[in-house]
Amino acid sequence: MRGEIESNMAVDIRLAGTRETTKRAVPDEIANLVTPGDVITSDTGFMRGHGTYMEDDKLHTSVAGVVERVNKLICVKPVKTRYNGEVGDVVIGRIIEVGQRRWKVETHSKLDSILMLSSVNLPGGELRRRSEEDEKMMRHYLKEGDLISAEVQSVFSDGALSLHTRSLKYGKLGQGTLLQVSPSLVKRRKTHFHHLPCGASMILGNNGYIWLCPTVSEETGTETGGYDQDLQPVTKGDRQTVARLRNCILAQAAHGMMLFDTGILYTYEASLKYPVKDIMKPEVMTEIIEITNHRQEVEGS
Amino acid sequence: MVDVQLSDAEKIYILHGIQDNCREDGRSCEDYRHLEIESNVVSNTTGSARVRLANTEILVGVKAEMGNPAPEKPDKGRLEFFVDCSANATPQFEGRGGEELATEISNLLSRSYDCPSCFDLSSLCVLPGQQCWILYIDVLLLECGGNLFDASSIAVKAALFNTRIPKVTVREDEGHTELEISDDPYDVQRLNVQSVPCIVTLSKIGHSHVVDASQREEACCLARLMIGVTEKGTITAMKKEGSGSLDPASVEDMMETGKKVGQDINISLTCVLKMEERQGVKRQTIGFLR
Repeated sequence: MRGEIESNMAVDIRLAGTRETTKRAVPDEIANLVTPGDVITSDTGFMRGHGTYMEDDKLHTSVAGVVERVNKLICVKPVKTRYNGEVGDVVIGRIIEVGQRRWKVETHSKLDSILMLSSVNLPGGELRRRSEEDEKMMRHYLKEGDLISAEVQSVFSDGALSLHTRSLKYGKLGQGTLLQVSPSLVKRRKTHFHHLPCGASMILGNNGYIWLCPTVSEETGTETGGYDQDLQPVTKGDRQTVARLRNCILAQAAHGMMLFDTGILYTYEASLKYPVKDIMKPEVMTEIIEITNHRQEVEGS
Repeated sequence: MVDVQLSDAEKIYILHGIQDNCREDGRSCEDYRHLEIESNVVSNTTGSARVRLANTEILVGVKAEMGNPAPEKPDKGRLEFFVDCSANATPQFEGRGGEELATEISNLLSRSYDCPSCFDLSSLCVLPGQQCWILYIDVLLLECGGNLFDASSIAVKAALFNTRIPKVTVREDEGHTELEISDDPYDVQRLNVQSVPCIVTLSKIGHSHVVDASQREEACCLARLMIGVTEKGTITAMKKEGSGSLDPASVEDMMETGKKVGQDINISLTCVLKMEERQGVKRQTIGFLR
């Protein structure tokens, strides 16, 4: 098994000084970029929104980000943040606790999210009243550590999210890879589930969690809510596609690019001339990102 | 170890991937992740280095102090390892949470350095039986992304390479001796780190073993073997960790891989450190800014 690996640098040590500091082309439009403590305005006629505070009758920012103004309200949208959920968002979360009629889910938001037993589809897509039996079987459906895709059903007054999986496209996730990027890189769009032509499926969670898995053919039924899990080994080809996508997405995230399906596919195609593991090297990363940027400009997407 | 939770299906995916020799990020079982190193980052230490291995960030500072040698080794200096797990890395380290891991790392480091052929402690001796240099090596874990042992040992080696101890002259004066520490910053003593070991961790996952496991891979691993390897391939220390058991045959296999990878690490590390030194004082410090 070991003979087939080409041994080009098993160990790659670099100096920090040789790292190219990539000068990103900063568009002029984000001129209102602020850092914590900056004075936004000394005019007292404005209202204090998220990410700001008052001191000496001046409005200061408390986070690094972009100032946004709606009429009299000034807020600062942070560059790096935990996830602030909104109703209708697609998220990916990990079960961390099984409780009374509810699961606690970690979704990278400030507070743990909640998935009620009444807001899941039971195996087989049954729609019925939840009995005491179901309550006892909760850990059988979803246990600690399991990953789910879900939609935000409502937001509590303290900002905690209540999730639901009452559609067969949501539910437990099977074999694949989870990536974590900044939630600000994933925009709210019409669709977050993508079957990419390269043979992998991708769920872009609004909370910055991205799920990659090999595409399962339709007839075996992907839409079971994830309760029947296929634990057969994935083929090596599929695995490499998923790994390549993973590295491409992380490369985009490292360069602060917004993530969406076409952009990711462009990066994927640009990366095809390199072996999968080389995409993690900084110089290869910069190159494929530049190719992607160029192609996006040309095609105007 | 720092825990991450994984679902069963994710674990199976990782396990089968390692069987196929194609890991989650496309590496093969014997590939190391890209590693970034910088030395001389803390100005008030005798020597320092910073290592970044994917998400693992480690800062090492070496401080040389004069002290009394141990009575049983009057003509030798000492190395004292101290590891601190910052709660910035993970909330699990808060309070005394990181202490266990810290002692494990420092114990393994001191064990792998405790070998007369790999580090010459007598070069730290100033006045036999009375005065010697004690090197306090402080390892600070700033971020966890798996493979903390290997990264710490690489950072320690780089910091020792960077260490410059002021020269001391001993003068006999009417019966009592006087020590004079040179205050010329260029009149220094370097340490010979040629045969200093690096730690290589081999994680047994399924029927294969991998080097440089990521945090997610560490969560799937039941038994791991850590070995200290020098540039020549000598194994100076070995430790098995985890709840699983290992077959003698696979231990031998793992040692072979470890030796090979360890030699590679040592050679490219020395090469990179020499390259950095050639850049001299003009070199700009990068530090933690990215």
